[in-house]
Amino acid sequence: MTAPQPGHNLDLPARAHAIRRTALQMGAVQGQGYIAQALDVADILAVAYFHAMTLRPEDPHWEGRDRFYLSIGHYAIALYAALIEAGIVPREEIETYGGDDSRLPMSGMATYTPGMEITGGSLGHGLPIAIGACLGLKRKNSSAFVYNLLSDGELDEGSTWEAALAGAHHKLDNLIAIVDVNNQQADGPSGDVLRTEPLVDKWRAFGWFTQRVDGNDIDALVTAFDAARRHDRPEPRIIICDTLMGRGVPFLEAREKNHFIRVDEHEWDQALLQLDAALPR
Amino acid sequence: MNAPTLPPKPRLKTSAMIASIAAAGQKTKPAPFGHALVALARERPEIVGLTADLAKYTDLHIFAQAFPDRFYQMGMAEQVLMSAAAGMAREGSIPFATTYAVFASRRAYDFICMAIAEENLPVRIVCALPGLTTGYGPSHQATDDLAIMRAMPNLTVLDPCDAHEIEQATAAMVDHPGPVYMRLLRGQVPLVLDEYGYTFEMGKAALLRDGADALVVSSGLMTMRALEAAKALEADRVDVAVLHVPTIKPLDEAAILREAGRTGRKVYVAENHSVVGGLGEAVAGLLMRSGVHPAFAQIALPDRFLDAGALPTLHDRYGISTDAVVRRIRDGL
Repeated sequence: MTAPQPGHNLDLPARAHAIRRTALQMGAVQGQGYIAQALDVADILAVAYFHAMTLRPEDPHWEGRDRFYLSIGHYAIALYAALIEAGIVPREEIETYGGDDSRLPMSGMATYTPGMEITGGSLGHGLPIAIGACLGLKRKNSSAFVYNLLSDGELDEGSTWEAALAGAHHKLDNLIAIVDVNNQQADGPSGDVLRTEPLVDKWRAFGWFTQRVDGNDIDALVTAFDAARRHDRPEPRIIICDTLMGRGVPFLEAREKNHFIRVDEHEWDQALLQLDAALPR
Repeated sequence: MNAPTLPPKPRLKTSAMIASIAAAGQKTKPAPFGHALVALARERPEIVGLTADLAKYTDLHIFAQAFPDRFYQMGMAEQVLMSAAAGMAREGSIPFATTYAVFASRRAYDFICMAIAEENLPVRIVCALPGLTTGYGPSHQATDDLAIMRAMPNLTVLDPCDAHEIEQATAAMVDHPGPVYMRLLRGQVPLVLDEYGYTFEMGKAALLRDGADALVVSSGLMTMRALEAAKALEADRVDVAVLHVPTIKPLDEAAILREAGRTGRKVYVAENHSVVGGLGEAVAGLLMRSGVHPAFAQIALPDRFLDAGALPTLHDRYGISTDAVVRRIRDGL
C-alpha cells in the first residue's frame, strides 16, 4: 500500500494466510473453485497488494494507482480474497461468490468487481492489454506501474509473445509481469503439454529484466518485486515464480495434481483447520 | 542452340494488391482517412494511431508523419495491436488501430471481442481492403468481415462509400461512446457523394435518389455502383431508388422499413461482401421480423473463396460491377 513502513513485511505472512483463508471460505460457498491455484498464488498477491503496489482501497479507480491485470480469469477467487483483505471488496460478499447477480463471478470480469481491472478468462490477453495501458500511462506522464499476473500455461499463447516483443520494443519500464509457474494446465503438467522452458533464457533474449524466484517464499518475492520496481534500465520486467499448488494445506499439496482439484464437501473445514494449524505464531 | 521463339503473349490485366477501385476518369481524393485524422488530431490530443505493419497501406502514414510521437508501430502482430489499443483506451487515449480487414476480422477476433467490445472501449478499428477490393486472392479478400463483425455485441460497424463519407465518418467516430469497426477505401478514393448534398450521420441511412420501379439498399462502394446503375437504367425508363446504409450495425431500421414497405418495388440489397451474414441478411431478417415482405434479392459476392485477378474482371465475374448491377435489375423487372 502507500509508503510501506519499516517492518511492513512482517505482516506479509499473515496477509498471505488471510488470502488463503478467504479463498477457502469462498470455495466452500460453492463447493468448488480453483482453490489449489488460489493457495499457490497467495504469497504473490500478498506481496503485490501489501508491499509493492500503490493503492487507495477506498477509491479503486484512483488515477495514481498501480494497475493489476489478472489475465488468468480462473484465479479470480484468489484476487477476490486479496481485494477483500485490502478492503476494496466488503468481506460480507464472500457469501455471494459465484452466485446469481454476484459481483464475484467464478471468472474475473472487469465490469463486475471493483479492483478487477480487466476481463480475463480467454488466455493471452492480459499482457497485450498491459502493453497499451503502459503506453497510455506514459502519454499521461504517470508514474504508475502495470502488473500483469499470468500463468505458465498462458505462455503457450502466441499473443503473450507478441506482447513480449512489443514490451521490449517500446521500452516499457512501467510494466511488471508475474508468471505463476505451478507446472499444471488443463491437460496436464505444463512441461508435457507444451515445453516453454528455459523461461529465464527466453525472456532475457526477448529483452526483459528477468528474475526467477520461489513464489512461495515471501522474502524472495519482496526482494524480486523491489528489484523489478527499482531496475533503472528502460526494459519491461518479469518475475517468474515457481509455486506449489495447494500451498499451505498439506492434504491438498499432496493430492494428485490436476488443473481443477476436487475438494469434497467435508474437506473444506478440514482445509481451514490445516491452514490455521500452519499459521506462524 | 537457339532458344525457340515464343509467340508474344497477350498482356494481362494486373491483379496488384494496391489497385485502386476508382474507374478511369473518376473524380478521386487521396488518402481521405489519413488527412481527416490529421485534421482531427490537431484539435484532439487524445487521438493516437496504431498499426500492425500497414501504416502505408491504410493511409495512417500521413498521421504518423504529422504526429510521430502519437503513432505506435506494433509490428505484424494483430492480437497485440487490438489489445494494446484497448489498453490505451483504458488510459484515456482515443486509439485508431489500422490493418487489413481480413487480419482484423480473422486473426484478432477474440482480442477485439474480449479486450475491446466486452468492455465497450472507444477503440476505432479502421481496415483497408474490405470485401473484394484486391485481386490478390482469398488471403487478402475480406468477403466475410461484416458477418464476423456484425456478430459482436457493442460494436458499431461502418461501410462508407467514398472519400467524402470516409472523412465525415472519421470525424463522427472520434467521440462515439463505444468501439467502431470501419471498412476503409484507401489511396486514390472515388469522390461521389459530395454531389448529393450528403452528410454522414452515425446510425442513419440516407435516400440518395428516389425511384418508382426498384429500390437498392446498399453500403460501401456498392452505393457508388447502385447510383451509376440507376443513372444507366434511366435510359431504359427504369426508375431506381437508392437507400445508402453506411452503418451496418446498428441498422437504421426505420428508414429501411419505410422504403422497403412502399408497394410495387422489388428490393435489392447490394454489398461488397459475401451473401452470408452481411447487409443483405441483416435487411432480410429485419423485413421478415417486421412483416414487410417485398420481392427481395441480394447483389453480393458468392459464398466461395474468390479468384485472384484484376478487379474489373472479378467485379464483373462476381456480379458487383455497375454493368452487372444494371443487368440484375433489368432482368428482375
